[in-house]
Amino acid sequence: MIALNHYLVLSAILFAIGTAGVFVRRNLITILLSIEIMLNAVNLTFVAFGRALGAADGQIIVFFVMTVAAAEAAVGLAIVIALFRHRESLNPDSFTALKW
Amino acid sequence: MTLLVAQIVLTLFVFFMLLNSAAVMVYVERKVAAFLQQRLGPYRVGWQGVLQPLADIVKLLFKEELRPRAADAFLFALAPVISATCAFAAFAVVPFGAETTLGGWLPEPLRLQVSDVNVAILVVFAIASMSVYGIVLAGWSSNSKYSLLGGLRSSAQMISYELSYGLALASVLLLGQSMSLTDIVNLQSGTWFGFIPRWNVFFLPCGLIAFLIYMTAGIAETNRAPFDFPEAEQELVAGYHTEYSSMSFAMFFLAEYVNMVTVSAVATDLFLGGWHGPFLPESFGWIWFLVKVGAILFFYVWMRWTLPRYRYDQLMRFGWKVLLPVAVVNLLATAAGVLYFGL
Amino acid sequence: MGSDLTFYLFAAIAIAASLLVIAQRNPIYSVLLLIASFGALSGLYVLLDAPFVAVIQIIVYAGAIMVLFLFVVMLLNASHEETEYDERVHPLLQAGPMRFGAFLAAALMIELVWALMKGGGESGAFPGKAVSGVKEIGQLLFTDYAFPFEVTSILILVAMVGAVVLARRETHQ
Repeated sequence: MIALNHYLVLSAILFAIGTAGVFVRRNLITILLSIEIMLNAVNLTFVAFGRALGAADGQIIVFFVMTVAAAEAAVGLAIVIALFRHRESLNPDSFTALKW
Repeated sequence: MTLLVAQIVLTLFVFFMLLNSAAVMVYVERKVAAFLQQRLGPYRVGWQGVLQPLADIVKLLFKEELRPRAADAFLFALAPVISATCAFAAFAVVPFGAETTLGGWLPEPLRLQVSDVNVAILVVFAIASMSVYGIVLAGWSSNSKYSLLGGLRSSAQMISYELSYGLALASVLLLGQSMSLTDIVNLQSGTWFGFIPRWNVFFLPCGLIAFLIYMTAGIAETNRAPFDFPEAEQELVAGYHTEYSSMSFAMFFLAEYVNMVTVSAVATDLFLGGWHGPFLPESFGWIWFLVKVGAILFFYVWMRWTLPRYRYDQLMRFGWKVLLPVAVVNLLATAAGVLYFGL
Repeated sequence: MGSDLTFYLFAAIAIAASLLVIAQRNPIYSVLLLIASFGALSGLYVLLDAPFVAVIQIIVYAGAIMVLFLFVVMLLNASHEETEYDERVHPLLQAGPMRFGAFLAAALMIELVWALMKGGGESGAFPGKAVSGVKEIGQLLFTDYAFPFEVTSILILVAMVGAVVLARRETHQ
């Protein structure tokens, strides 16, 4: 019997995997992909709760989260392209020139 | 239990018929092209060349399977699989006949549709948007400049025309008040004034414009002329499938023909009344379905050998600056019509 | 029983694909594995009686956003970049801050899972009724959530303009 808890635990595991990707990987595009994993984990939580409460609100919020994720991916990738043109590198550690 | 067996048989039957339709389309294309160009086409292999597709398949099977050394092996092998899978999967939600009990054999009526979801239109659209990957991965993994250019151009074209495709589908959704293809077809049964069928294409002007937009976007989606610049033989060697040979090449062509059949089948269901027709009883509606799909496929082949090819920038300009605004205005007009005139 | 098995299957695919996404060196494989993960999530949405969200997930995420990622990876030729500290060591096992980051993420996961398994309630089955029709979603979207809906349209316009401006090549006069 699959209950709400199963979905929440799965979502927590996916979120943690996304977080690990953001912390560990040194490639800008993989970091953006990990952010997408985190957003998807949150989507799963919303839909699971929406089903548990018998309302369609969960699905509507997922709709908005997807829109925001699309906008964020577009702008994030544009920033990655602009950064790449400056330094020819996708390693976030090569953009530390302003640090003292 | 018999119903389960019947559904499995139906799935296998649909798969087999799609494979056959690709083979038939190969022959039909060559024959019609030949007659349009005032020559004979294949006529040696079998009576009037009917066994020509079989000869083609045997030839392709015996060719050597090449792979460039610097190509990414996994992606190179995966790309035709993605193309072919998406082409077949999109047909899974298309109904092609009324419910039938096969003359009393089955205990309850069997829908002639592999799987009946109530968001069928969106599923077709979703799978069409996945088929971009087959092409872009083929272009990238071949590690050759013609392939890469062809692959990127083709995928940019496909995602541009997907928008107009979706908006034309949305117009039909408004007219049909449901996302399930079976419901939309059933709303098109019957006639007005006794002789004009209630097909969506006759809902002037919104239905007709939606049909034209859908067909244009469908032709662009399947990379057929006059929108086939990415795989033009004269301009780009062969575009994204330059480096492919033997069965992988055959799978790309299979995918293209099955995509054509799917677009025609969905157009028939949405705009031309599906399996409803004047003289035959409901349970033989699939004959009308075949006739209508055949007519649209003939139109496809006719367009290819009649119109010149669009240049790539003309193609993209047309998709974004002409087709998309027309589709949006058509959607608004359909919405206004449904709301105020209760169409 | 059948739906239990499907849940575990989709969950396993989603977790395995996500783990491989963060473990791959080549960003193209990461993007493709993420698409596989999205497919599994789409299946989970169908199990949760949300077919509309499932199909929208494929259309928007797997069919549009990931194509954008793939184009950018191909444009930047990222698979041939030297982007990691040390080429011989696997990206996830690099020394230094990365190991600490991995430890933090693992700690987060253990904490979340423990909290969820321990907390009361919510271990029963889902209630019988589910609102999943497109009509109901549309009605809610355009009445209760009409304001966020309009705001997202402006958001997308802003994102479009921003992306074009940011990615534009600087023209030297």
